[in-house]
Amino acid sequence: MIIESGHFALIMALSVAVFQICVPLWGRQRNQTSLMAMAKPAAGLQFLLVLWSFIALTIAFISSDFSVYLVAENSHAAKPFLYKFAGVWGNHEGSMLLWILILAGFGAFAAYRLPDMPLTMRASLLASQAGLSVLFLSFSLFTSNPFARLAPAPFSGGGLNPILQDPALALHPPLLYLGYVGFSIAFSFTLAVLLEKKPPQNWAAWLRPYVLVAWVFLTLGIALGSFWAYYELGWGGFWFWDPVENASLLPWLAGTALLHSVMVAQMRVSMRKWTLLLSILTFGLSIAGTFLVRSGVLTSVHAFANDPARGVFILAILASAVGLGLVIYALRAERALQNQVDVTPSPDQNFALTSRETALMVNNIFLASAAATVLIGTIYPLIIDALGMGKISVGAPYFNKVFTPLMAPLFILMPVAPFLAWQKGRGLAALKPLRAAAALTLLSGLVLFFTQTETGWSLLGLAAAVWLVTGALADLGKKARLAQGAFRERLQRLLRLPAQQWGVVLAHAGVGVLLFGIVASTAWQEERIVSLQEGQSVQLGDYDLRLEAVSKINGPNYAAEQARLSFDVADEAQTLLPERRFYPVERSQTTEAAILKMWRGNIYVALGDRVPAEADSQSAAPAYVIRAWLHPFVNFIWLGAVLMALGGMVAVMGNALRRGSVLRSAGEGE
Amino acid sequence: MHKAFISYFMVCLIFCLMVFGPSPAWAVQPGEALTDPVLEARARAISAELRCPVCQNQSIDDSDAPLAGDLRKLIRIRLQAGDSNEEVLAYIVERYGEFTLLDPKFSAKNSFLWLAPLFFLLPGGFFLWRRLRAAKTIKD
Repeated sequence: MIIESGHFALIMALSVAVFQICVPLWGRQRNQTSLMAMAKPAAGLQFLLVLWSFIALTIAFISSDFSVYLVAENSHAAKPFLYKFAGVWGNHEGSMLLWILILAGFGAFAAYRLPDMPLTMRASLLASQAGLSVLFLSFSLFTSNPFARLAPAPFSGGGLNPILQDPALALHPPLLYLGYVGFSIAFSFTLAVLLEKKPPQNWAAWLRPYVLVAWVFLTLGIALGSFWAYYELGWGGFWFWDPVENASLLPWLAGTALLHSVMVAQMRVSMRKWTLLLSILTFGLSIAGTFLVRSGVLTSVHAFANDPARGVFILAILASAVGLGLVIYALRAERALQNQVDVTPSPDQNFALTSRETALMVNNIFLASAAATVLIGTIYPLIIDALGMGKISVGAPYFNKVFTPLMAPLFILMPVAPFLAWQKGRGLAALKPLRAAAALTLLSGLVLFFTQTETGWSLLGLAAAVWLVTGALADLGKKARLAQGAFRERLQRLLRLPAQQWGVVLAHAGVGVLLFGIVASTAWQEERIVSLQEGQSVQLGDYDLRLEAVSKINGPNYAAEQARLSFDVADEAQTLLPERRFYPVERSQTTEAAILKMWRGNIYVALGDRVPAEADSQSAAPAYVIRAWLHPFVNFIWLGAVLMALGGMVAVMGNALRRGSVLRSAGEGE
Repeated sequence: MHKAFISYFMVCLIFCLMVFGPSPAWAVQPGEALTDPVLEARARAISAELRCPVCQNQSIDDSDAPLAGDLRKLIRIRLQAGDSNEEVLAYIVERYGEFTLLDPKFSAKNSFLWLAPLFFLLPGGFFLWRRLRAAKTIKD
């Protein structure tokens, strides 16, 4: 009964969404306030309906109701509670429902949290958001119904793939979807600005926090996925340029460009048209990612030959949403921007070569080119195949070759940009505060050059990382005027620094930390692949890893072979217990690598196949394949990503707090 | 082991792994390595650039398919016979097709792929240059 109510709520949500498109737009046409105002409660109601539908499915998963087809396929009674719950979005239909829930949630949030927005603009924003809801709700209801029943109900379910039974991966999709779908608000907002006769000139200030929020979630989602892959897949890689990963990187790159361009659009009159276009494209890339992953057109370890009807449906969603967005953009962008009311900054759009505008435009040129290049690399094999020109592959070596040169200029420019003034160019004088950072970079480069034997490229990468971090610190030092005054004053200035500026410092330093992690762990990593008998050992870097024993153990829903390796780190005995698990319900095996995490790097050990004793060998004891890696500083990769996300979060929260206090003080003044 | 971080839509994984079966074994086996470290490093580098012909999207360095293992051994045989890296790659492409190259060749049909960054950078740069020039003419 609960299941049917969930299904019914989803259908109701679809009709409410249709209402939410038609009535406000009609009211807008006829200039009737009461009709436009209906968008707000409609957005709220739509969210509540989808929420109920999601809760109903969750109840089915938690109570292991195998009369629901989806639960029978993807869950099992003998599964830990967390994974029963996470199992809701551990499949196509359920994850689509989560996507819709987040879409409706963002719509409701925007409806209730934008009090000072003109009513006409809010009406079109919510109508557009409802339009997206209609597309995805129809997709769910007509092609991927999560509530389909199964009769007769089986006694047990198929189970969730064991490799997904992991806390990081339970959290990964919600974060990622908050990112993807977060850009839907930017999209709807853009359409609302474009449709407005006289858009308010500060529209970019409204748009910015939504872009930042989406970007923060997407950053965290990608980082979490990469972290999970690192420890779960059993060999310690963190990024593989697989099409499915690229699908998340595309909106991230475009979103990063967008959050910089929206800043220009907010502070200046430049880049406004581009910002509007970019925000349409960014959400378009989010949907395109969904298409690439779920349609089965790409060969990936993740892609699967799904029902082609679904692929066509998502393609239709992509075409109608982005197509409509682009048509409105083409028809309206010029006029809407001309009619912006009270453009306060001078309409003079010119700027000097060494102004911040130039820096941010270069940022956008490179980030947008990187996004476009990754997109082309990802779909190129499809294009060549469709043109009948044979089959080719585009893999990691290609992406590393083209992506690195596209990022390098950004790394060089990033510390410089915050020191540049808007519009005016002060030439090289602006770089004075960066002298210390430049000196440190040069020094570290020289030290590395004379002490390390690695290739020049890794040394340049490490120097760039130093440059990014020291440059961000120099920025902090200048903004808080850390060179002047007593210690207390300096500390006070540091604490009173606007959140926005803290955000920039944290995010830019985070890029440096991330880069350091990538370059250091790649350049200095060590690998040993050996077969060891119990009692034998292998040398890895400074450590002597000894295989003590391999034993059989039983987990809650699996059986495992567990190896015990011992070694000393700084005269302290350490033990690692890598496992190979067998899950009987799912009839599959996983590897659980064992990792000793240290700030200076990880020791990563995985247990491989059992090598049968050779007939002619002296000892009859079996050997085991042991793969051991030393990954120096690899944790800096995720630390850097978290710093970046933290920077975005600080900027958003600071913005919200300031707005709150402005509203409060305005209230007190009355 | 699957060399790809299995992610966004866990569903893909479920289906994929149910169909193709997860494989907790890794690619390179202890016995495969050559004793000459320089030659072995070259072999690993070449392996990372070759796609396993029977896998979904893995290099032969990461794949545990028997064919990938055979190809890794083949590479080492060719290297020991004195082939250059290019000759080894050509040898494999001749037998298994261009599809095996993860690092696609620069050829007429791949030209757009390799020139893609320039295709976007140049118009962007041109636009910026024009904006900056416009600023100068006004100031003078």
